[in-house]
Amino acid sequence: MRPPDTLPRELAAEGERVMRLCNACRYCEGFCAVFPALERRLSFAEADLVYLANLCHNCGECWYACQYAPPHEFELAFSRTLAQIRAVSYQQNARPRALAGLMRHGGRAAAWLSAAGLLLFLALELARGGTGGLVAPHPDAAGAFHAQISHGAMVAVFLTAGLWAAAALALGLAAFWRQTGERPGDVVASRAAAQGFWDALRLRYLDGGGGGCAYPDEVPSQARRWLHHLTVAGFGLCFASTSVAAIYHYGLALPAPYPLLSLPVVLGTLGGGGLLLGPAGLLWLKLRRNPAIVDPAQTGLDVGFLVLLQLAAGTGLLLMALRQTAAMGTLLALHLGLVLALFVTMPYGKFVHAVYRYAALVRYALEQRRPRPRFGSE
Amino acid sequence: MDWSRTYDVLVVGGGNAGLCAALSARRAGASVLLLESSPRELRGGNSRHTRNLRCMHVQPADVLTEAYPEEEYWEDLCKVTGGQTNEALARMVIRRSATCRPWMSRYGVRFQPSLGGTLHLSRTNAFFLGGGKALVNAYYRAAEALGVDVAYGAEVRELELEGSRFLSAGVSVKGFRHRARARTLVAAAGGFQANTAWLREAWGPAADNFIIRGTPYDDGTVLKLLSGAGMRTVGDPTQGHAVAIDARAPRFDGGIVTRVDCVSLGIVVNEHAARFYDEGEDFWPKRYAIWGRLVARQPDQIAYAIIDAKMPGTFVPPVFPPVEAPTIRELAAALRLEPAALERTVEDFNRAVRPGAFDHAVLDGCATEGLSPPKSHWARRLDTPPFSAYPLRPGITFTYLGLAVDERARVLAGDGRPSDNVFAAGEIMAGNILGKGYLAGIGMTIGTVFGTIAGEEAARHAAP
Repeated sequence: MRPPDTLPRELAAEGERVMRLCNACRYCEGFCAVFPALERRLSFAEADLVYLANLCHNCGECWYACQYAPPHEFELAFSRTLAQIRAVSYQQNARPRALAGLMRHGGRAAAWLSAAGLLLFLALELARGGTGGLVAPHPDAAGAFHAQISHGAMVAVFLTAGLWAAAALALGLAAFWRQTGERPGDVVASRAAAQGFWDALRLRYLDGGGGGCAYPDEVPSQARRWLHHLTVAGFGLCFASTSVAAIYHYGLALPAPYPLLSLPVVLGTLGGGGLLLGPAGLLWLKLRRNPAIVDPAQTGLDVGFLVLLQLAAGTGLLLMALRQTAAMGTLLALHLGLVLALFVTMPYGKFVHAVYRYAALVRYALEQRRPRPRFGSE
Repeated sequence: MDWSRTYDVLVVGGGNAGLCAALSARRAGASVLLLESSPRELRGGNSRHTRNLRCMHVQPADVLTEAYPEEEYWEDLCKVTGGQTNEALARMVIRRSATCRPWMSRYGVRFQPSLGGTLHLSRTNAFFLGGGKALVNAYYRAAEALGVDVAYGAEVRELELEGSRFLSAGVSVKGFRHRARARTLVAAAGGFQANTAWLREAWGPAADNFIIRGTPYDDGTVLKLLSGAGMRTVGDPTQGHAVAIDARAPRFDGGIVTRVDCVSLGIVVNEHAARFYDEGEDFWPKRYAIWGRLVARQPDQIAYAIIDAKMPGTFVPPVFPPVEAPTIRELAAALRLEPAALERTVEDFNRAVRPGAFDHAVLDGCATEGLSPPKSHWARRLDTPPFSAYPLRPGITFTYLGLAVDERARVLAGDGRPSDNVFAAGEIMAGNILGKGYLAGIGMTIGTVFGTIAGEEAARHAAP
């Protein structure tokens, strides 16, 4: 399915309408970056809408504070409109464009790819050791994993998937940035890029202007921010664990699995814990959030990604716990299959929000360095 | 709520003043029932549309810059009201405005530095983070947590009084009648501006062209019931806080977005394409509140603010796009004004503009010469197409006819003696302080100060 080149006309018109309302009101200016950014503008072309939509965390602060929210006749649903625009922008910037349709079927795509990954690794294991090798109990010895799957095959599969994901995300970032009209290099190499990275990482604007956001309900709370930090930290620790393991393998000629108190296992266990608990908390908040502020069409995308993170982490922890049993071979294939699906779907799932939020925050930082338009009339 | 119970305090009106009264009464130990006539989603009366309160302060304090001493506040109030104010009550409000913010913060109100484009207010006005609806939400959360009973969609239809003593109220909730009994009453039900019949009584047919900027629920019933029961009123029914707003605004509840902030940049003409007032008399925040009445006095209560292409980008963009045309003649046609008349008005204006260095941030030297009415500041020729126009109508925020009160927020009876147990706060008594004119942010100050006093006094009176 071909993604749309532009926002659907009604959505662009609604986007402009809500921006005009917010720009004339400005009461929400202190909540986050979206409002100061929109106040710099007098008109709202599609590129402006996409940029502003990707600055938004979709908390409920502006919804509860809005004097024009339904049942007011202006029926201003700012965060939901931005969520809809954001969803289209994810598809617009997906590369290769032929795969953008996966965005609409986030959950299903992840499930099918996980199954395919599982089958792939099962096949690789069968090729290596036959059915007997797959279900045999294993000594907890160095090289046990690679008795199941050849190290070469594993590296080849994940290198391909990793490069694919990185290339697709980089192309998406470039496409997003081109739309802003800013100087090409500034998105990665500038003071604003450093600022944008830091602001994205610390979720600076998921704070409701101090004291937390109205999420999942009206009461300001930091819950989502901390659970997101936990998720990102889990992701980072798992990545670090894999990197350390690669150094062990190539640098120190120490093949996996590693002892329980070794650095890769400790990092991986902590990371896996973060990836289980963080998304669990985020899913719990998601269940309780106000339906008025969200775009229900995106629930699949959000939930698909969170559940995939949990499954990858959960099977990883299980693999560690049961690696001496006969289940190890199957668990290994399952874990690797899920991690593969996670990598492959990264550019076509919720993960892209990190890339575009970062880019939008870099642009915000660039704009902050420019003089504000001077509205001297008040 | 429990209709069989006799509460210590019945608060009628769930805006800022009513909430402040409910919170302070409950805090003082009283049982409180608060009646809000709107549904929950539209609660908060006009407070929903506010954004700041004006505070006296002797040195820079949290979100406020420099200092705003009592005398300056008082002088500002005298300027806008032309002296039509009760000095004792006004000074009490001004002094107590210095200590409002910590009280408000205790109940969850968050403050922020003045909004973009409001440079002139950063010294005098403390802005609520997220605006008035965020404030109202915080107060309702606090009230519920403290155990204030709240009834939404609850309209007071009748009051039972014995002389100036309140006994009970007849209330309609979702079509069913109830009787609310309480030892004291706090009337905080706003002005009567949403009652179009009453407005017409005061203004004549002109009122049909007025737009109500705020809540449609302020119909003045409680004011009428109490004055009908012999309570003393203050103020002129035609006086109120009225600004010129976009004529295309919704009939009710359009709030802040309907503002048109380019009056001082261009010219304003009536339906005869004639100018009628000095658009550049003073800074817009000091003048916006006179333009409602100015437009109300024009034929058919309509006017048009006209600017040229030099001006967009220098004022907060209004919510609706302007009427635009490449020439003044075509602009007139689009506005259904007499083209020759508008051309003549613009030519006369352009000819009268003296050269000067334009600066909208100060009272600059760009003025007209030999023009009547003059434009004293920010006068620049309208010569750069396209030309834009915003149609203007009087936008009523709230009316000033209200209940006379003393410094303890007690409503005065016809003989001038304070009622035992009837108190008033907010717009329903703002006319004691505002005889005419308006000072940005003082409505919320009056509501907060008198609301907290009314709550404390009512709780004290109800205590055994």
